[in-house]
Amino acid sequence: MKTFSFFLLLASLASGPAVHAADITGVITFKGAPPAEKEITPIMDDPNCSVSYTKAPLTHFYAVNAKGELADVIVSLKGVSGKSTGASAPAVVIDQKGCLYTPSIVAIQTGQKLIVKNSDQCVHNVHDKPTVDGNKESNDVQMPGGADLTYTFAKPEPFLKFQCDVHPWMFAWVTVIDSPFFSVSDKDGKFTIKNVPPGKYTVEAAHRKLGIQTFDVEVKDTDVPANFTFEAK
Amino acid sequence: MSKSAPNTSNPWLFRFAGLTALVTFLLIGLGGLVTSHGAGMSVPDWPNTYGYNMFAFPISKWVGGIFYEHTHRLLASAVGLLTTILAVWLWLADSRKWMRWLGVVAFLGVIAQGILGGLRVTMHMDSLGVFHATIAQLFFILLCAITLFTSRLWLELAAGKKSSFVSRSLRTLVLGTTVLIFIQLIIAATMRHQHAGLAIADFPLAYGKLWPATNPDAVASYNARRVSVTDEAPITAFQIKLQMAHRIVALVILLLVAACARQAWLRLGPTDALTKLALFWLALMCAQIALGAATIWTNKAADVATAHVMVGALSLVTGALWCLIGFGRSTSFPQTQTLGVFGVQTSMLANK
Repeated sequence: MKTFSFFLLLASLASGPAVHAADITGVITFKGAPPAEKEITPIMDDPNCSVSYTKAPLTHFYAVNAKGELADVIVSLKGVSGKSTGASAPAVVIDQKGCLYTPSIVAIQTGQKLIVKNSDQCVHNVHDKPTVDGNKESNDVQMPGGADLTYTFAKPEPFLKFQCDVHPWMFAWVTVIDSPFFSVSDKDGKFTIKNVPPGKYTVEAAHRKLGIQTFDVEVKDTDVPANFTFEAK
Repeated sequence: MSKSAPNTSNPWLFRFAGLTALVTFLLIGLGGLVTSHGAGMSVPDWPNTYGYNMFAFPISKWVGGIFYEHTHRLLASAVGLLTTILAVWLWLADSRKWMRWLGVVAFLGVIAQGILGGLRVTMHMDSLGVFHATIAQLFFILLCAITLFTSRLWLELAAGKKSSFVSRSLRTLVLGTTVLIFIQLIIAATMRHQHAGLAIADFPLAYGKLWPATNPDAVASYNARRVSVTDEAPITAFQIKLQMAHRIVALVILLLVAACARQAWLRLGPTDALTKLALFWLALMCAQIALGAATIWTNKAADVATAHVMVGALSLVTGALWCLIGFGRSTSFPQTQTLGVFGVQTSMLANK
């Protein structure tokens, strides 16, 4: 038994110090008054779409809550690439419901499946419009009750647009990242990038309208805070 | 010209050519609606429509953007058919060899235009939309020219029955203005087919200034403030400069057309048909500038923007027809007192 314990200790010393990953967490806040959202009035003119509403829904470019916390911000590690685990990651789902994409802001890894569903009782065309070489544009028909559509993208690309040309107010923005280290801020502005290996990083927060902010952090073995504040331009 | 001109006009051929030009004009309007509604890709397949033969696509499915794109395709098919008939008719009935070939050019043009429209969809290329829109304008001019050439008016001009000399300087002024309008339409088509919405949202100022800032911070600020139901792509400094160029060129064109009308009035006399045509042209330009302003003030409302496209097409074709008549009256006809092109008494004295 003593001999066994000795070898266990030896093996432990030989493998060096234990490496612990940590999370980067934070809150995104918005300072100032965001531009007023607009009513999507054309949705009420379409008999197939208007059945889902009693009044026209609003655009939601600036998802700011009462506390000034900002949703739909993509937070990622700048310059970290080639570490995608997208091929084995679970698929991300966007639904077309009430003639709107839900959610309209998502992030996926390169090689990760993005599934687009149609819960509406009308036809949509799903038209993705990448601008980076290596990501292929497509324009697919999705009938009501039709099979889900699956997309993958090979190259990183911020805010790749998906749109429906039948209903031109429908759009979603998909950010493609070449690593698993990213998060999208929730309705309370909170985000968590999980299991970040120790090291020095630049954390990047990107909002579709407000641009990009960065924050330098060093990850050791405890969680690291990284808060961002966007201002009205 | 007289040598190859037919002795008698064919009024039905003339009317048919006019009908084809009219339907083409409507097609340009419908194409404008497709772009204004952002519906160009709403039917992903071509030449079929959602897997159907386009002529068998059920009316119940003509919804949303599909309505504009599908009806555009159907009307384009009608223009294709009319143009084919026109080309065959010209080949069989017109004794002028060049007119027969003009019909062939129109036939080939409509085929090319249809294929270009289809490729714009199947290849997902917005840039092809610029060519599609530009060729549409040229095709419209061609059909209006064929209509003019089959008219009694042109045959009388060719026979030397009606003419009053139009000075080279006036012809050059009108031609130059027409070319500038064509360039302006290319700028406009480039703006529209970038699907970026309004690069500048106010008028007559631009972001509150005579010349807007276009540095990266300013452009980022403009984009942050843009809240649009259709969420067009972010604007760029280039697009802002392009719209400024469009505004400046519009002003130059207005001044040039006014100069054309003034010169026509002074040289041809107020009652000459070409003077009246130049005044009509000036009225079109005033309407066009008002529509351009309204396009901005209504945040690019589809019907207003489309009216702007259609009046633009009319402005271009008006200048082109003026040139054709002006050059026709001045190349091979005797410079003596005679009747104006629409039977109005004119005199060479007015040209001096």
